[in-house]
Amino acid sequence: MVKRKMEHSILCKNLSYNRILDNYGWLFISFALMLLVIFLFYPIVYSFYLSFTSSKGIVQKFIGFENYIKLFNDQMFLLALKNTFTILIIQVPIMLFLALILADILNDKNIKFRGFFRTGIFLPTVTSLVATAVLFKMMFSLDGLVNTILLKLHLLKEPIPWLLDPFWAKITLIIGMTWRWTGYNMVFYLSGLQNIPYDLYESAAIDGANKIQQFFYITIPMLKPIIIFTTIMSTIGTLQLFDEPINLSSGGVTASSVGPGNSLLTLSVYIYNLVFKYMPNFGYAAAVSYVIVFITAILTFIQFKVVGEKE
Amino acid sequence: MNLKKLLFRSFAYIFLILVFIASVFPFYWMIVGMTNSAVDVIKGKMTFGNQLIYNFKTLTASYNLGKILFNSIKISLSTMIGTLIATSMAAYGFEIYRARTREKIYNIILLSMMIPLAALMVPLFRLIVELKLLNTPWGVILPAIASVFILFFFRQSFKSFPKEIIEAARIDGAGELRIFSSIVVPMMKSTYAAAAILSFTTSWNSYLWPLIVLQTDEQKTITLLISSLASAYFPEYGIIMMTIVIATLPNIIVFFTLQRYFVQGMTGAIKQ
Repeated sequence: MVKRKMEHSILCKNLSYNRILDNYGWLFISFALMLLVIFLFYPIVYSFYLSFTSSKGIVQKFIGFENYIKLFNDQMFLLALKNTFTILIIQVPIMLFLALILADILNDKNIKFRGFFRTGIFLPTVTSLVATAVLFKMMFSLDGLVNTILLKLHLLKEPIPWLLDPFWAKITLIIGMTWRWTGYNMVFYLSGLQNIPYDLYESAAIDGANKIQQFFYITIPMLKPIIIFTTIMSTIGTLQLFDEPINLSSGGVTASSVGPGNSLLTLSVYIYNLVFKYMPNFGYAAAVSYVIVFITAILTFIQFKVVGEKE
Repeated sequence: MNLKKLLFRSFAYIFLILVFIASVFPFYWMIVGMTNSAVDVIKGKMTFGNQLIYNFKTLTASYNLGKILFNSIKISLSTMIGTLIATSMAAYGFEIYRARTREKIYNIILLSMMIPLAALMVPLFRLIVELKLLNTPWGVILPAIASVFILFFFRQSFKSFPKEIIEAARIDGAGELRIFSSIVVPMMKSTYAAAAILSFTTSWNSYLWPLIVLQTDEQKTITLLISSLASAYFPEYGIIMMTIVIATLPNIIVFFTLQRYFVQGMTGAIKQ
């Protein structure tokens, strides 16, 4: 009887102690949660509501799916969608593959000056996207640095109209983005590789696996979770592309065309234009932004599925 | 066998050197560029010129560079401090006091990472107007403090924090806030350093939101200055280069001083 009573009181004490701890849990997250509710969750929900409304001036009325239906006939929107996808499909795989190879090489303990190389390749990450775009705009001008070098090396007969032609403008953007982000992704892979036992490579080498085989059969499978993570982060980043296309095109935010023939018009730039440049139509802009959200959700889902990872 | 190995290694070195040059060269070029005239920059001159002082004088004559840098520093430092406090505490709360409800909240927060800033632009802009934060640094700082990515980063790192230490401190009678501030924070120094770099540089480099909120020249940041210089009808390329160098320098300094921690912090976060 006494024993049971004691057990009961200990249980009660534990319960109330757990409740206290639980309250501390809320206390610790409260500051961030408050900010997130105000500056993230509220706008997300409100934006979703807005996407079903039409606002001309101060009059705002509910119009159901009309905004979304209108999108299918909006040539500007379709162009922005196409541009964003072209950049995504070409840029992200090239960059991530490059980052993987670099991380794999820099993980090899036989390579000298590894820290030196790593720092140098990571360095572009410290420049802002705006600075990157402006730098590349100058380097890739018609009689600029890149054309001069390529002509001097006799790799070209005619200068390439980098930023004057819709096709080459996208290439320039992709080169700039790859320059800026490869080192960043490489650091994630390098950190991930630290957790792969180095013996694995050594015993594979003893078994006669060459570097390429080691890369495909050890590095890639072992890094799978981080590869998914970086793929998703890069996909999200590319779908939100704004700073680079704006600053690569002449005229910046006020230009009538983003890149030659609107070749650098991305979804985010289009939303910005809808809100701040054209006759503001908040509802329609919100609908465009929710298209990005849906696409991101679908792509993230596919990326998880393709890799077949449970976590 | 050995020949093959040698071949692989030389390829690896050639590849590394090429990527290294491609990565670092633009930095050399921007430093050279700020000593050259606009015409020389755009023609791709690769040697130092004598326009450094002229460029600096022209830049400071037409813009209040001190004020612009001050604005940038104010915004980035405030955001960084706010982010470190808010997100590390939240991550600690989510990880150490695990509870089902909070776990659900955490998952929703992570999901929101998929939503682009552009999707929030309209309501957030209205909110900032209503809170009378338009054209003030706080309009940029407040929405940026609760960074989901850094919250995630902190939580991943806290996963490898030895829980026994917290238990032991509790038995010794230390309060929960005390445990966090005087045991956990000092032990997670490298994570904090890495998060500080990420937060500071992200804020320093941010463009879209400051572009919307900071509407007068008085409030301009250095990143906005680069953009407006570069989109002028007759861009002064040498001056643009100088601005880029000035804008990039703090990031490089922050990175090199905290680099050791950065690699440690990243490794700690990824272990899980």
